[in-house]
Amino acid sequence: MKIKQISIFLENKSGRLARVTRVLGEKKINIRALSIADTTDFGILRLIVNDPDTAFRALKEAGFSVNVTDVIAVEVTDSPGGLADPLEYLRDAGINIEYLYAFLTRASQAALVVFRVEQIDEAVKVLQLKGITILDGSKVYDL
Amino acid sequence: MYWDREFETMPREKIRELQLERLRATLGRVYNNVPFYKKAMDERGIRPSDIKALDDVRKLPFTVKKDLRDNYPFGLFAVPMDDVVRVHASSGTTGKPIVVGYTQNDINTWAGLIARALTMVGAGKGDVVQNGYGYGLFTGGMGVHYGAEKIGATVVPISGGNTGRQLMLMQDFSSTVLTCTPSYALYLAEEGENAGLDFKKLPLKAGVFGAEPWSERMRRQLEDKLSIKAYDIYGLSEVLGPGVSMECPAQEGMHIFEDHFLAEIIDPESGEPLPFGQQGELVFTSLTKEAFPVIRYRTRDITMLSEEPCSCGRTHVRMRRVTGRTDDMLIIRGVNVFPSQVESILLEFGETEPHYLLVVDRKGNLDDLEIWVELSEKWFSDKVRQLEEVEGRLKERIASVLGISARVKLVEPRTIPRSEGKAKRVVDKREL
Repeated sequence: MKIKQISIFLENKSGRLARVTRVLGEKKINIRALSIADTTDFGILRLIVNDPDTAFRALKEAGFSVNVTDVIAVEVTDSPGGLADPLEYLRDAGINIEYLYAFLTRASQAALVVFRVEQIDEAVKVLQLKGITILDGSKVYDL
Repeated sequence: MYWDREFETMPREKIRELQLERLRATLGRVYNNVPFYKKAMDERGIRPSDIKALDDVRKLPFTVKKDLRDNYPFGLFAVPMDDVVRVHASSGTTGKPIVVGYTQNDINTWAGLIARALTMVGAGKGDVVQNGYGYGLFTGGMGVHYGAEKIGATVVPISGGNTGRQLMLMQDFSSTVLTCTPSYALYLAEEGENAGLDFKKLPLKAGVFGAEPWSERMRRQLEDKLSIKAYDIYGLSEVLGPGVSMECPAQEGMHIFEDHFLAEIIDPESGEPLPFGQQGELVFTSLTKEAFPVIRYRTRDITMLSEEPCSCGRTHVRMRRVTGRTDDMLIIRGVNVFPSQVESILLEFGETEPHYLLVVDRKGNLDDLEIWVELSEKWFSDKVRQLEEVEGRLKERIASVLGISARVKLVEPRTIPRSEGKAKRVVDKREL
């Protein structure tokens, strides 16, 4: 139920993001979702890609600080209040969300959101009990 | 004006006689009282009685900063602790400071030398000395303080920082002499200007600036902006503190108080003595210090000495402005900083091969230190909070070890330039 997210440390200098995406492009890696957290000095780029292991190796070889974290891909109904449901379930279970971001595109009735939580197994359990769909890796990577 | 005409204008022949006499007495004391010096001299087969002429000082071994550190805290004191009335300390390279001690006589001597320095620039009874050097373990504040009292001036012990208050008291107390680091003086000048203060209308007449390198360009700026005469003072805590040498109104070098210190210039590579007029490393032997005498202490400061007669009438040799260092020490806001201090902190944090860069700049006349640290894998997290926490902890530790605050900037791996396998540790963009 968990999927692998690649995080890359980026200094706030021009051209760094271009470099990351080029490295991935050369390895024929497709980006499924991304988000950037930034401060004045640096940013952290988080990616969901079709082949996380190859992406990790390629970026490391290119000299980036990279790590892999487990996250979950939650399907929410693409209608008003759709995101509020899972968020409330997690709140009620006392599970804090570190951050979340949406998938780039998806041609379907549901939207996909990446959740980064500390107690990931517990979160999966809580959401599934409430009937929320969590996609597994193979499905997400092949989107 | 002289504070101590007899000694300040003593014929050079007589100075040398006095130096030899005091050198021999100092050597006798350290040989008997400081095991480190006895061992160093025994290893070379030298006895104090072998020093028969001033040039024989060259037979003595050098003392370096590491020796002071190795004998932390009181190992090089030449008197029982009962006789030590004060200690000061400067930042060391590994977190432990270098400690120096003073007997009551040492304190009196020091005050006397500062009295000479202040008298030299025209200060005396009736003057108000605003002392902006830091008070505390650093020698600057208290060193200047006692000398200013000795000449009968009114001392304002305001210490460093607090610019608004400095400017307010400067006006309200009619300060006539300002003592602080030159970069801080320049900062005060600009802040005063911004606040609409007209320094020409203030009674301020002289500045005694030291504890960091500066230049003729800065002197012109300071004299112009503050409407004063700006003088250079030199010293280091290992030898005394401020008041080892002082610039006279001729403003052509600083007179080394040779009745208390024997100065040599050596080739920093070979250790061989160099003649007057040649540039090299300054080495001091104290001649009157009781608690913490030093023998041929290598200052790592690069300068040259001149024996030419001076128009002020003083006969003591003059040293030119310090133009550099033979080691990698930086002086930032008057504080000595070694890149290796940052390295040891990163090692503490679990880095096995830290890559870092100290970027020093001058922003609005204040020194600014930014430390770039390559982000290692083990510190990296996908969470901003965690990275900011690393930055914060590093910043705190750096402030406590270095004694000055610095910004910490995490950078990508392998982005700090390496040259020939050895990384460049410092970029100093300051223009003096």
